[in-house]
Amino acid sequence: MSLDVNEIQTIEHDVLVIGAGGAGLRAAIACSAHKLNTGVLSKSLLGKAHTVMAEGGMAAAMGNVDSRDNWKVHFRDTMRGGKFLNVWRMAELHAKQAPERVRELEEWGAVFDRTKEGLISQRNFGGHRYPRLAHVGDRTGLELIRSLQDHGIHQGIDFHMEVTALEILKDGDRVAGVLAYRRETGRFVIYKCKAIIFATGGGGKAWPVTSNSWEYTGDGIAMAYDAGAELMDLEFTQFHPTGMVWPLSVRGILVTEGVRGDGGILKNNKGERFMFKYISERFAPETAATEEEANRWLAGDKTARRPPELLTRDEVARAITAEVKAGRGSPHGGVFLDIASRVPADVIRRKLPSMYHQFKELAEVDITKEPMEVGPTLHYFMGGIRVDADSQMSTVPGLFACGECGAGMHGANRLGGNSLSDLIVFGKLAGDGANDYIKGLGSPPKANNEQIATAVRRATEILNREKGTNPYILHEQLMETMSKGVGIVRVKEELETAVTELEKLKVDAQTMKAPGASQYNPGWHEALSMRSLLITSEAVTRSALMREESRGAHTRLDHPGESAEWVKYNVIVKKAADGNMEVEKRPKPEGHAALVAIANAKIEDLESGKVGADYQ
Amino acid sequence: MAKRLFKVWRGNAEGGEFKEFEVQVDPGMVVLDVLHRIQTHDANDLALRWNCKAGKCGSCSMEINGKPRLACMTRMNSFSDTETITCQPMKTFPVIKDLVCDVSFNYEQNKRIPKFKPKPRDADGQYRMYQEDVDRVQEFRKCIECYLCQNVCHVLRDRDGREQQTFIGPRFMIRVASLEMHPLDTDDRIPELKKEYGSGMCNITRCCTEVCPEHIGITDNGIIPLKERVVDRFYDPVAIIGRKLLGRKVRTKTRAEEEGKK
Ligand SMILES: Cc1cc2nc3c(=O)[nH]c(=O)nc-3n(C[C@H](O)[C@H](O)[C@H](O)COP(=O)(O)OP(=O)(O)OC[C@H]3O[C@@H](n4cnc5c(N)ncnc54)[C@H](O)[C@@H]3O)c2cc1C
Ligand code: SF4
Ligand code: SF4
Ligand code: FES
Repeated sequence: MSLDVNEIQTIEHDVLVIGAGGAGLRAAIACSAHKLNTGVLSKSLLGKAHTVMAEGGMAAAMGNVDSRDNWKVHFRDTMRGGKFLNVWRMAELHAKQAPERVRELEEWGAVFDRTKEGLISQRNFGGHRYPRLAHVGDRTGLELIRSLQDHGIHQGIDFHMEVTALEILKDGDRVAGVLAYRRETGRFVIYKCKAIIFATGGGGKAWPVTSNSWEYTGDGIAMAYDAGAELMDLEFTQFHPTGMVWPLSVRGILVTEGVRGDGGILKNNKGERFMFKYISERFAPETAATEEEANRWLAGDKTARRPPELLTRDEVARAITAEVKAGRGSPHGGVFLDIASRVPADVIRRKLPSMYHQFKELAEVDITKEPMEVGPTLHYFMGGIRVDADSQMSTVPGLFACGECGAGMHGANRLGGNSLSDLIVFGKLAGDGANDYIKGLGSPPKANNEQIATAVRRATEILNREKGTNPYILHEQLMETMSKGVGIVRVKEELETAVTELEKLKVDAQTMKAPGASQYNPGWHEALSMRSLLITSEAVTRSALMREESRGAHTRLDHPGESAEWVKYNVIVKKAADGNMEVEKRPKPEGHAALVAIANAKIEDLESGKVGADYQ
Repeated sequence: MAKRLFKVWRGNAEGGEFKEFEVQVDPGMVVLDVLHRIQTHDANDLALRWNCKAGKCGSCSMEINGKPRLACMTRMNSFSDTETITCQPMKTFPVIKDLVCDVSFNYEQNKRIPKFKPKPRDADGQYRMYQEDVDRVQEFRKCIECYLCQNVCHVLRDRDGREQQTFIGPRFMIRVASLEMHPLDTDDRIPELKKEYGSGMCNITRCCTEVCPEHIGITDNGIIPLKERVVDRFYDPVAIIGRKLLGRKVRTKTRAEEEGKK
């Protein structure tokens, strides 16, 4: 088949942002503020990206509810939650800049819940020492995305909705654009640009039980990998402790941590509040030892310590898994999350309206009267594209990444609420970084027609083939592989089996067939995203195999406990010259001495100023 | 549960027809699950939109047995055991393919509304607003942009290409309301509301409120108060005389009119 690349529609921008979630929108707003000609691509319609689903809130140490809070405490919580694997500088930038980014949203029209004094209210969340999450009931993500959207549409940004990027186009080492297709028509489009910002989110769709939507197929991670970028920390896939477990068709849908932040407790089928049995050494000094103390904390006693239900997500998810394994689970294989017996019905309805609605409509459970059944669900990728902490540029010149598809900020485990703030902090920095890069760019890059022709051909083969593998069935097989081999607890042999199975799936994927024409054809879209899913899954699996310890969200049965050696390393994935996946154990850069001291300090020493006082 | 009969509209802008599918339905399923099952096994290329599966993103709007609904929030056990389920795209917007339609009209309406324009922050860099003053605005901001209300509004259904003069529709009436009632906003959109956004075209049938999955009081809490503001501004003789006597300036011209004058 002959193919004339010149006949494909071409659109030019200075900078192209891929993704219209919180990170992408914030990055685009930053770019337009620098007067760059900015285009945004998204697979869904504007306002529908994953960010819209976020519930609980965004973390920023504003100290509106508890004035003891400040960026250092937030930074310390983030490092401890991330089991010290976070990129020091990113955790620092995030903690420092989040409050200003949140206030800026208010300037763009966001209406957060208020304190009695009329300030932005903040709620408790797992791993955060003080009430820190700015929120709007349990629909914070909607507020974030809508505020950015309603502001962004007046900034001269071009939104290309329902356009999927397929491949990064390169000019030598640096980026020159992307090849994409429009869902509505099924036609290809060439976007030429000087810099690209990826804000494409994670890859949870490789697992059957997930809070993620169809968009989360790891496209950005896979495209960046193909373009030669380094990936990092992919073994850290967060299982959120509380997803719905019943009915089957909603299995995995998220139950916000806000339920626990507002007083909800976890119980097994014996009625026992089991989390007290699972408090690890690191958190014991800062966690309530008895139910009585936990209740005092909930009532607002500032001398009481936090209930164990609010330990970090990895700890709670493992505890739930252990209870279910020991036969103390709920009827549908989860545990009970009870807020009904703890908080008056009208307060539940006011503070958690969408949870109330969700259970009522989808599970016919009234959460003001009965406990919810919950269990772990694949929720978030801590790992992703490796970037420079200040500019967010990847190892490919001109390719930037921010939000969930970037790596480093969250280390081995993300704290709830730290993602929404991550989006606006690093979204802005990525926009600034792209601007600096473009300003320093010599000759504009040129896309290569041969690369385009090859990519188009590979995509259209799926439609043109006489017959072949059903992409949906292939996807089901992938999910089975990942849930069996690369779940919450991992072990060498199972990971190796998963690698072998992935190799087989990769072969099958070469003969996928999507019936029908190219116009709005979900079968074809599914087939195209299988490529990303397979690359991402392989990177996760191989990284998990390499890291021989248990840290944060990565638990190895055959290597229990954190190792003093492994905290000094990141696992880096990259495409080797021969096209195979290369996995490397690479020393992790040290943090600034003052930051290290703050993260390791006893809380009393930090707050009294004994540690870290002169570092601003 | 057992096999159920589904009739799904298949086609594109040129036309189409209902196709029948017999599908196994399991307990707890919603209509969206069944459509996905059809997509996996019987019609790989069946076009539909969805994201969150939990009524949060407003992507999966369609007409189910003739009623505008979110497919992800419509439980199969809300139908009788033998009922055939019919799924078709929203009627007010042009079809792209199968259950997907072109909703760009709505994005165009949003652009017509001038954005939020806040007053300066307090001296300490904070904004102060009290919960009771933002409750109403928060109600409007719950909108997930499913456009079901736009779909049922007869003013939009009957529009015939008069794009500039068209009514912005219930979703964007409450968008205007959320700005006009925002304690920090300093802009004024009342002349535009009357002369450009077509607030007078709404005759309060309340069809929009009935279908809103977020249970927003679109008409009673949003549209009617806005209409009252228009009346106060343009027609209330007492207020008009009061303004003349006190010499207070109140905008009655739209931005376009003001600029045309210059
Ligand atoms: C149910 C749920 C609740 C959550 N609650 C919270 C919370 O309370 N607090 C918190 O901090 N975090 C929360 N999170 C996590 C947080 O919401 C996400 O991590 C975050 O929204 C990701 O934002 P993003 O901007 O990186 O990407 P997203 O918002 O996911 O956007 C990704 C964008 O990239 C686009 N895209 C992807 N691939 C392509 C491609 N190939 N071509 C073109 N476009 C593409 C998509 O269309 C989309 O627009 C929650 C997550 C879920 C699922
Ligand atoms: S009340 Fe007004 S906006 Fe709502 S459907 Fe009726 S005419 Fe349309
Ligand atoms: S107001 Fe209600 S019906 Fe209308 S778009 Fe918003 S959520 Fe949907
Ligand atoms: S899929 Fe999001 S509202 Fe139905």
